[in-house]
Amino acid sequence: MSARRIFARPARFAAIAPYVWMVLFFLVPFAFVLKISLSQTAIAQPPYEPVFDLTAGWDALKAGFAALSIDNFRLLFSDDLYVFAYVRSLTVAVTSTVLLLLVGYPIAYGMARLPKRWQAVAMVLVIVPFWTSFLIRIYAWINILQHDGLLNQILLALHLVSQPVVWLSTDSAMYIGIVYSYFPFMILPLYATLAKMEPVLEEAASDLGAPPWQVFWLVTFPLSLPGVGAGVLLCFIPIVGEFVIPDLLAGSNSLMIGQTLWLEFFTNKDWPVASAAAIVLLVVLLVPLLLYERLQKRQLEQGR
Amino acid sequence: MTDELPRTDGVANAGGGDALPAARRPLLRIEGVAKTFGTFRAVDGVSLDIKAGEFFALLGPSGCGKTTLLRMLAGFEAPDEGRILLGDKDIAQALPHERPINMMFQNYALFPHLSVRDNIAFGLKRARMARAEIATRVAEMVALVKLEGLERRKPDQLSGGQRQRVALARALARRPQLLLLDEPLAALDKKLRQSTQGELMELQRRLGMTFIIVTHDQEEAMTMADRIGVMKSGKLAQVAPPRELYEAPHSRWIAEFVGDINLFDGETKLRDGHRLVIGTRDAGTLVVAEPREPVGAGKFSVAIRPEKIKLSRRAPVSEAGRETAINSLDGVIADICYLGGTTTYKVKLDTGGIVRASVANSARLDVDAYSVGQQIVAWFTPDDCVVLPS
Repeated sequence: MSARRIFARPARFAAIAPYVWMVLFFLVPFAFVLKISLSQTAIAQPPYEPVFDLTAGWDALKAGFAALSIDNFRLLFSDDLYVFAYVRSLTVAVTSTVLLLLVGYPIAYGMARLPKRWQAVAMVLVIVPFWTSFLIRIYAWINILQHDGLLNQILLALHLVSQPVVWLSTDSAMYIGIVYSYFPFMILPLYATLAKMEPVLEEAASDLGAPPWQVFWLVTFPLSLPGVGAGVLLCFIPIVGEFVIPDLLAGSNSLMIGQTLWLEFFTNKDWPVASAAAIVLLVVLLVPLLLYERLQKRQLEQGR
Repeated sequence: MTDELPRTDGVANAGGGDALPAARRPLLRIEGVAKTFGTFRAVDGVSLDIKAGEFFALLGPSGCGKTTLLRMLAGFEAPDEGRILLGDKDIAQALPHERPINMMFQNYALFPHLSVRDNIAFGLKRARMARAEIATRVAEMVALVKLEGLERRKPDQLSGGQRQRVALARALARRPQLLLLDEPLAALDKKLRQSTQGELMELQRRLGMTFIIVTHDQEEAMTMADRIGVMKSGKLAQVAPPRELYEAPHSRWIAEFVGDINLFDGETKLRDGHRLVIGTRDAGTLVVAEPREPVGAGKFSVAIRPEKIKLSRRAPVSEAGRETAINSLDGVIADICYLGGTTTYKVKLDTGGIVRASVANSARLDVDAYSVGQQIVAWFTPDDCVVLPS
């Protein structure tokens, strides 16, 4: 037997592993959710019908399929509540992602230009907050942002404001929380591309007559686009579905789709509508993902 | 090997303005420039004049400060001390984009996201040149470096040699007063390097531009440059045309750094007219020509290039007069190294030393070649020797 045979089997297994993963943990659950989204609510256990029972026989199964309908999706698009929730989610996600990029880029750039030894330290500093529970960190922000919290105390002490500012239950608080929580997801991919970039390219640009801001716009930024794309996706997608941060820090007058979903699921016990909302969310998020995929493919083709 | 050739090809110094036509004053004057990194003095008080139209090479081992000096000329480092005068303007503290100087980088530093055309046009666009003019200039540059048909390629779709040409075209496009080349040929293989050397020289002569090249390859410096500045530990050890550098090195270190050399330490015994008699430990008594600047008594090294040493079976007839005396040393061939064009013989002298002699293989069939263990005489004239302070 040749060596090739021996290595072929584990290699082949490794190649199909991601597909197995996808089928087991994405496609199968997705099929369940899709099925529920096409069902109707019922006061029952589980709280929807039809319920497919494989032991009930072929006719029952056929009747079950016949009972499926897209009414829930019609509801989602006819009721302002859901449309607004989607729009708000996208608005919040776009705003937060832009804020993250504006805050993260200079920091990532600074990190990438540090001496090698300090780069590792900076990296640890970015990641360290992750060692504390996410919820605890959000509650800490509630503490900081509350009426007599740390932020107001500092602002008052510096005489920047004359009376405490209302932070909690505002969009500002939510944006602070989101930017803070997603910060590493933006920084790390940006840092990775910027650190890989040769500083000599910037020198070449300035040698050819580009003042610093042109060096940045014409060389540094275009070359860091893969990192920007990765960071934006890593932040944008989960922020669209974000539930905890808006729930704890933002006001309750306008809800994001994640909160709406939660309400439908747990308060209204309307699993089918919640599932339909989740499916629409997934489809909405597929758009930026596919765009990114196309972009990457094009870059790969150019790379050859 | 060219001695200083006058470069008056009649081509006006492109982009040079009005002050410089054929004037003999330097284009670039470096005055007491120094740069310290932490406690390391990378460049330690260098002064140098570069004439317009000159091809100057900075040569030295790695870490000698040649790259730092070049980077100060480009503006990537600011000198701690000294002035850098271009024409009559001190540019020592000017930023890179404010200087009429361009650089060709060691690994080319081509912008990977831009096509060949856009790489070449990059500097022209920054100069706010008109669109039509840019197109003309780019076409001109592309033709100059023979890259026709590759304008739309990205750098990673080019071979090493093609990339080198793009880098050259990009650096030349702005018609800089001074072009800096940082190890421009280091990434090419030997054959390509040699042909590119020729092309670079041809180009420099045709454009009448001033080139400063940094290299650690002495052959490259010798082949291309009008003058070579040898750097050692941040200082200029010697500035001379290639031939002078090779035949009349200032110090023992330069003699050893540039090319191969035999060195014998000794003391002057006698002075007679233009001849010195030096007693050496390893090669007995040698008669050498007195150096241009007379030396006193004391310890010296006698340096002889291997190709200046002749080998024969019997000692040559030396005329009695001392003026034409010939140094002949008896020895045994210890080692033979055949290099194709030449053969290097290592001769163990009866006086104890070892001397290397390089002999041109001028005949294809050498029936009379020397062999290891053979008794031999190695000889050379007093004028073939250089006396260097120990």
